[in-house]
Amino acid sequence: MSHSLIEIIDLVKTFGFLPVLKKLNLTVERGEFIALMGPNGSGKSTLLRQIAGLSRPTSGIIRVGGWTLPDEAAAVRAQIGMVSHKPLLYGNLTAQENLLFFAKLYHLKNADERVENLLDRVGLKKRAYDLTRTFSRGMLQRLSIARALLHDPDVLLFDEPYTGLDQSASETLDHLLHEAHDGNRTIIMTTHHLTHAAGLASRGIILSRGVIGYDEKLSPDTNLPKIYTEVTNMVTAR
Amino acid sequence: MNTPFIQVVFSILRKDLRTELRSRELVSSMALFTFLSILVFSFALELDREAKQEAVSGVLWVTLVFASILGLNRSLASEREEGNMDAMLIAPVNRIAIYMGKMLGNFIFTVIVGVVLLPVMTVLFNFSMVRPTMILILILGILGLSSIGTLLATMTVQTRSRETLLPIAMLPVVLPVILTVVRATNAILNNQDMMQTLLTIGLVDVLYITLGSFLFEYVTED
Amino acid sequence: MTKSLHILTGITIISVLFGLYLAFGYARTDLEQGDIQRIFYIHMPSFFGAFTAFTGTVIGGVMYLRTRHVKWDSLAVAGVEVGLMLALLNLATGAIWARPIWNTWWTWDPRLTSAAVMALTYLAYLMLRNGIENADKRRLFASVYGIVAITTVILTLMIIRIVPDTIHPAVIGPSPQNAEGVFEATPRVAAALLPNLLIWSTLVPITLMWWRIRLENKSEHVQKLRMELINS
Repeated sequence: MSHSLIEIIDLVKTFGFLPVLKKLNLTVERGEFIALMGPNGSGKSTLLRQIAGLSRPTSGIIRVGGWTLPDEAAAVRAQIGMVSHKPLLYGNLTAQENLLFFAKLYHLKNADERVENLLDRVGLKKRAYDLTRTFSRGMLQRLSIARALLHDPDVLLFDEPYTGLDQSASETLDHLLHEAHDGNRTIIMTTHHLTHAAGLASRGIILSRGVIGYDEKLSPDTNLPKIYTEVTNMVTAR
Repeated sequence: MNTPFIQVVFSILRKDLRTELRSRELVSSMALFTFLSILVFSFALELDREAKQEAVSGVLWVTLVFASILGLNRSLASEREEGNMDAMLIAPVNRIAIYMGKMLGNFIFTVIVGVVLLPVMTVLFNFSMVRPTMILILILGILGLSSIGTLLATMTVQTRSRETLLPIAMLPVVLPVILTVVRATNAILNNQDMMQTLLTIGLVDVLYITLGSFLFEYVTED
Repeated sequence: MTKSLHILTGITIISVLFGLYLAFGYARTDLEQGDIQRIFYIHMPSFFGAFTAFTGTVIGGVMYLRTRHVKWDSLAVAGVEVGLMLALLNLATGAIWARPIWNTWWTWDPRLTSAAVMALTYLAYLMLRNGIENADKRRLFASVYGIVAITTVILTLMIIRIVPDTIHPAVIGPSPQNAEGVFEATPRVAAALLPNLLIWSTLVPITLMWWRIRLENKSEHVQKLRMELINS
């Protein structure tokens, strides 16, 4: 028995004949913070959607916490929270109602208390009773994170969370990501901000044309832009 | 491991009802559309004093079908646009529960529009349409429309032509419902027995709900 | 495989010609309707051919959803296109017969209308397929719609039981009381009809669908080669 939190074995995903992920192998340990990088169309989002069980693999195995997709999808889903660049919230509901709705879908006990707590944590307590369509992009993203944290998942998936955020909103997001990562939660985040990723994540993975071109531990002084150019050019040339 | 089925269905339903109560976009536009449609039809077909019952019940049901299509497109397109469908799909919930929740929402909105329409048609055409049996027919007929409609709309909002495709895909498939409910409506207006027709509608409903439940999983897959 | 397809095609062509001989040579001229009645030997069998093809679409759809093998989706498309062709043949022969017998090409009879709606449903199927770029999603949605669409075929079969005020004659069982253009099913009529029914509901759709599947396989192959070329 292995003890890795996420195991991906020979994952293949094709859209028709277009291969998006080509025999991808990846293991993720508990507590890692992974920055998933790569050009557009390299399969980053597809990989996240695969792990979330939103998209069915063409072949290969995905296991999260020992549960296999898609047969044990419900068990996998209960451990996963996802934030995408779309807010995944209802504009005509208040912040609190949005969270309560999703709390119901996750069958949470003491939902009211949890929702209140989370709203406080993402700094939206004062706006709890406002419709989310009046929210700014940064506030929506914060509320999105609160939604993803509702059921205290082991794995958090972020699909380009920084898209469309201004400087101060990005900083708040940095802070929230740190906080969310705290403990033994695992984060996988797709991003295009290379230097930013180097400062934030513990491990960097660069996808290019459906294969992993780079997979190393990161430190703030890793020269990701240089590596990125090398890796993506190399894979393209091949 | 899944969240209890009933809880999911009612959470989604309550969410849709609350959103609708707040904006009143869907029901008001559906109702306005049906009123206009009835008026324009009566005008164009000259359904005035010697209005034929068959024509009136036909107009009523075709109008309701289009109102239902209007509501379905709106309701499922909004789930798609903001990515909310994904947020529901990622939760540990049974797909059939999502289907039922969305279906019941559309069902209730269309029934409301239908019920509001009955007194209006009574006044306009001088048939007494406000009867308990008529409401029963509305419920059974609209259940058929919403059940297959929710399945098809989930599919069509993901295609290139989006809203335009739903009427094309849905109209032929709901023909059995339209034919039977129009017959039942006529039977009521003529005070005839309609148990047989009612049974047929019930069977069609069961068939459509079964199809919708089993196939919904595949139209939400990526 | 190609060889058996060629043999089957040969058998089908000979059978259809034999069926035509039964309709135009063997069968006697109908006393009331005259020679035009002979079209019936193609009219009704072509509907059942469409029925076979659309059933193929349902089987293809269900099996695709279960196995995700592209071949099942090819069966489904083949079923739709062949079935649609046979349904149009059914409508056209009906119209040609109706012109002298009912004095009109077309009438708003329940059965005629539902048969036309059935054909349109499968046109909608083709439109739905056309509207989806992602090939996997296209196959998935097409399978679902192919299964749902069979309800219109069933409706067309059952319509004269649901809406009995039709003038369309029924061949199996008693005709509706106001049916026009009824003829007696004598043993000789049956002898000409049954082989045609068999030929048109099995050999014709199966052969055509086989050709269509072959074409689909070839175009899939070309697509695949093209993709490989782009990705190499």
